[in-house]
Amino acid sequence: MHYSFFSLLRNAMTGHRGWTPTWRDAEPKSAYDVVIVGGGGHGLATAYYLAKEHGITNVAVLEKGWLGNGNIGRNTTIIRSNYLLPGNIAFYEWSMKLWERLEQDLNYNAMVSQRGILNLYHSDGQRDAYARRGNAMRLNGVDADLLDREQVRAMLPFLNFDDARFPIQGGLLQRRAGTARHDAVAWGYARGASDRGVDIVQNCEVTGFIIENGHVTGVETTRGQIRAKKVAISVAGNSSRVGAMAGLRLPIESHVIQAFVSEGIKPLIPNVITFGAGHFYISQSDKGGLVFGGDLDGYKSYAQRGNLPTVKDVCEGGVALMPLIGRLRILRNWGGIMDMTMDGSPIIDKTPVDGLYLNAGWCYGGFKAVPAAGWCFAHLIARDELHSAAAAFRLDRFARGAVLDEKGQGPQPNLH
Amino acid sequence: MRIPCPFCGSRDVSEFVTIGETSGPRPDPSAPDAAQNFFTYAYLRDNPAGPSEEYWYHALGCRSWLKVLRDTRTHEIESAALAREGAR
Ligand SMILES: Cc1cc2nc3c(=O)[nH]c(=O)nc-3n(C[C@H](O)[C@H](O)[C@H](O)COP(=O)(O)OP(=O)(O)OC[C@H]3O[C@@H](n4cnc5c(N)ncnc54)[C@H](O)[C@@H]3O)c2cc1C
Repeated sequence: MHYSFFSLLRNAMTGHRGWTPTWRDAEPKSAYDVVIVGGGGHGLATAYYLAKEHGITNVAVLEKGWLGNGNIGRNTTIIRSNYLLPGNIAFYEWSMKLWERLEQDLNYNAMVSQRGILNLYHSDGQRDAYARRGNAMRLNGVDADLLDREQVRAMLPFLNFDDARFPIQGGLLQRRAGTARHDAVAWGYARGASDRGVDIVQNCEVTGFIIENGHVTGVETTRGQIRAKKVAISVAGNSSRVGAMAGLRLPIESHVIQAFVSEGIKPLIPNVITFGAGHFYISQSDKGGLVFGGDLDGYKSYAQRGNLPTVKDVCEGGVALMPLIGRLRILRNWGGIMDMTMDGSPIIDKTPVDGLYLNAGWCYGGFKAVPAAGWCFAHLIARDELHSAAAAFRLDRFARGAVLDEKGQGPQPNLH
Repeated sequence: MRIPCPFCGSRDVSEFVTIGETSGPRPDPSAPDAAQNFFTYAYLRDNPAGPSEEYWYHALGCRSWLKVLRDTRTHEIESAALAREGAR
């Protein structure tokens, strides 16, 4: 069903009885051309682009829980392309371009809102670092504006400009950045893939790979064996566990990061703001809740929940940056498990097992990557060659010493 | 999460930092396969879902390095010992 103003009107007039399910909840078949493991944003986008761009429609997305239970439904919805390194900028900018036309492409309202992201700086050194980043972005055709203190004050007068230790000196603004509705992104891609014949299979956990003579020929699942010519892993946070079933040992640790939402208030925060002195970032959802987060908890976890010290740290950062939120109540907080890689950058590559492909290591930044990661992963699966925008995301870059380390932290995942 | 430091007793996790799972001893840089061994040592992890042996540093306490056995599915801590015990 095509969504339009007229379909809305027609259904409004007929008591909303004409709506059909958005996507098909499929039963698994015994064989497919491509099986995608993991029904998060990345897996669904990959299926969509496989079908749409490469005409490969005999595809299943196998999801162990329900669609959207993972990080795609847990993130803080920020999309941006304000990266520094050449291997990253082109990729995230390609993703941003896909975001900009996503809703027309999917015929689905993903609430993409280019409200801008402002990264604040509080010292001369930080200003220099942001000037450098902004210049790198502009050299690559990405928009960036370095604002001084008065320009920031004109935009966000409620910030705490005169903190004794961390006065706000300015910020780096990417106006085209913003937020998107995470669940709608999952559902939009699911619908687009499902309409083109892709089977989305829920409650179907992959428990093993069938590998014959070094070539993958299918997967074992909780709903039986499924044969496949190609298998693509896209299980954010669980990549080591799933990879181990195929004998892979990966440069990844699974970590927990928490997020928070406050009670709803009238419009206050016009864009996404990040605090440069503590780790705190915030935006406001269209329902009015303030959506915010901060650092990882800092230890390996598969528990999808965090601990109190981080909650306290995030709240302290928030109140230091904008004291006016001090009396707001937090409605909910939750955690998600992410793959933290050894250089903080992702992996889209073939694996040593023939026919087995890996999309992993998205750390806390894989939501903004959903369109381009799906695009590039589909390209790799369909054509057996790397997409130029993701050419730096090789699995063997660690062994080659060609790491892509935005923060320069080294192989210490909890510092990225 | 609280960690039973053998020296300080049960202490809040915020006093500690971790560098992740324990790896074997540092590879021999003069071995013929040193490059491969250093790659494995520096970059690859088991990252198990379940009991995991990790190094934790009691930064805001006795400043000892600890070997902590912790379940990554539940955050439950089974044991903590001084890392130097049994090393070398
Ligand atoms: C709190 C939080 C805030 C974040 N904020 C942002 C942000 O503001 N901006 C941004 O860009 N990124 C953000 N991220 C990161 C982003 O959410 C992730 O990088 C991205 O969603 C991961 O890709 P995905 O959507 O495919 O993951 P998921 O939705 O987690 O999909 C993976 C799926 O694989 C399934 N799976 C696992 N094992 C198996 C198996 N054996 N068999 C079958 N299925 C399996 C899981 O059930 C899951 O549904 C945030 C993450 C968290 C946790």
